[in-house]
Amino acid sequence: MKFVEKMQADVTVDLVYRMCPMHLLEPEEFLKELEVGQILEILTDYDGALEDIPAWCARKGQEFLGLKEDEGFFRFYIKKVRDTEKHPELKK
Amino acid sequence: MKERIIYLDHAAATPVLPEVWEAIQPYFRDRFWNPSVVYDLGSEIREKIEEARARVADLIGAEAGEIIFTSCGAEANNLAIKGLALAHSQKGRRILVSAIEHHSVLNSARFLERLGFEMALIPVDEKGRVNPETLQKMLTPDTVLVSVAHASNEIGTIQDIRTLAEIAHANGSFFHTDAVASVGQIPVRVQELGVDLLTLSGISLGAPKGVGALYLRKGLRIMPLIHGGIQERGWRAGTENVPGIIGLGVAARILKERLPRKGPYLRRLRDRLVEGVLSRVPRTYYTGDPERRLPGHASFCFEGIEGEALVFTLAAYGIYGNTGSACASKALKTSPVLRAIGLPEVVAQGSLVLTLEEWNTEEEIERVLEVLPQAVARLRAMSPIWKE
Repeated sequence: MKFVEKMQADVTVDLVYRMCPMHLLEPEEFLKELEVGQILEILTDYDGALEDIPAWCARKGQEFLGLKEDEGFFRFYIKKVRDTEKHPELKK
Repeated sequence: MKERIIYLDHAAATPVLPEVWEAIQPYFRDRFWNPSVVYDLGSEIREKIEEARARVADLIGAEAGEIIFTSCGAEANNLAIKGLALAHSQKGRRILVSAIEHHSVLNSARFLERLGFEMALIPVDEKGRVNPETLQKMLTPDTVLVSVAHASNEIGTIQDIRTLAEIAHANGSFFHTDAVASVGQIPVRVQELGVDLLTLSGISLGAPKGVGALYLRKGLRIMPLIHGGIQERGWRAGTENVPGIIGLGVAARILKERLPRKGPYLRRLRDRLVEGVLSRVPRTYYTGDPERRLPGHASFCFEGIEGEALVFTLAAYGIYGNTGSACASKALKTSPVLRAIGLPEVVAQGSLVLTLEEWNTEEEIERVLEVLPQAVARLRAMSPIWKE
């Protein structure tokens, strides 16, 4: 697991206390709104995210920068390195 | 069966508006699909839910993403009080709620006491108002949440929420308001009130029963109470009450249009009712704040009688009102709200709350003014505690 220091993110999505699979669904929507090169920070207290988020980044072709443990939750950092299809509901 | 009913208990339930009834019909049978399914039928339902969310948000000046649908106002109050306190317990474990809150607020706070939180009741004055200075004095560094209802469904008093919320925020505490009684009666805008959380319910808005909503200020963290699927973006699991939510959305749109003319009409009817009752029935108390109160709300205490007996007597004439506190009424206890405003028990027992809607007429009010004084007089004549 790659640990990093707290980073300056372009957007933060706070999912603390919200259950699986919100840690994958909401970041996907936010990521679609970001420009390539921007950084998304995900806050979650779900420990399944330790496995899920890096795997999800690999599957989606985005760069997993690492995570930082905070008080009772994790901060995950993802860099958008390729464009993604906008979510059909966000297109409207 | 009575020939004609004069229904003046709209704080307890409102009829579903005709437009709402029409709009929700297809979603029981023809379009019954689960919004969570991935095929196209589900997305159609999801769109309708999001349309309803936008309309509810629009009614209270919020963003659509700040609305969480619940099963009722009580659930929204539970989510607000418990969800906020549990999510921010490291910040503080003291909760302040006004002494005249609905049981869903009071009992949520009492439940938190069992988990080690501390709860204190903010007293109110004789009109049911929370004094800002009292709140200021009760705040401590570990006060995490303050909850004061926007308006009381029992005595009609409207609180100065903006001032109270400012005081709480200056202390670093969050602020919740239960606006079940006020939304749909008076303009309610979350930005103007300055609240972090706000509860509303379909039951008082002409939507079906079984739907409510919590406004949760963007970026604020709370602990979900119902776990399961990812409905309501993970804030509240459970398959959505699709007709209820769509109905709430339609009701919100209609109410936003009607509010400007509804208020003055209700106020005129209510004032006629109050003036008539006070001039015809001696030793009657008009409870709550006579000025800052909900336009369609009239609440009285008649000395020497029991409110339940009066409600039954009026019902025999086809006039339906309430004692104001369903729980207290069923348990034959004095209403905590009336006790909190300092009414002696002998007076508080004789409570009657009449809540009007825009379809009530002047003729109905005149009929109430004909029957009510006789009903009170008859009950007083039988009362062992009544002395002329």
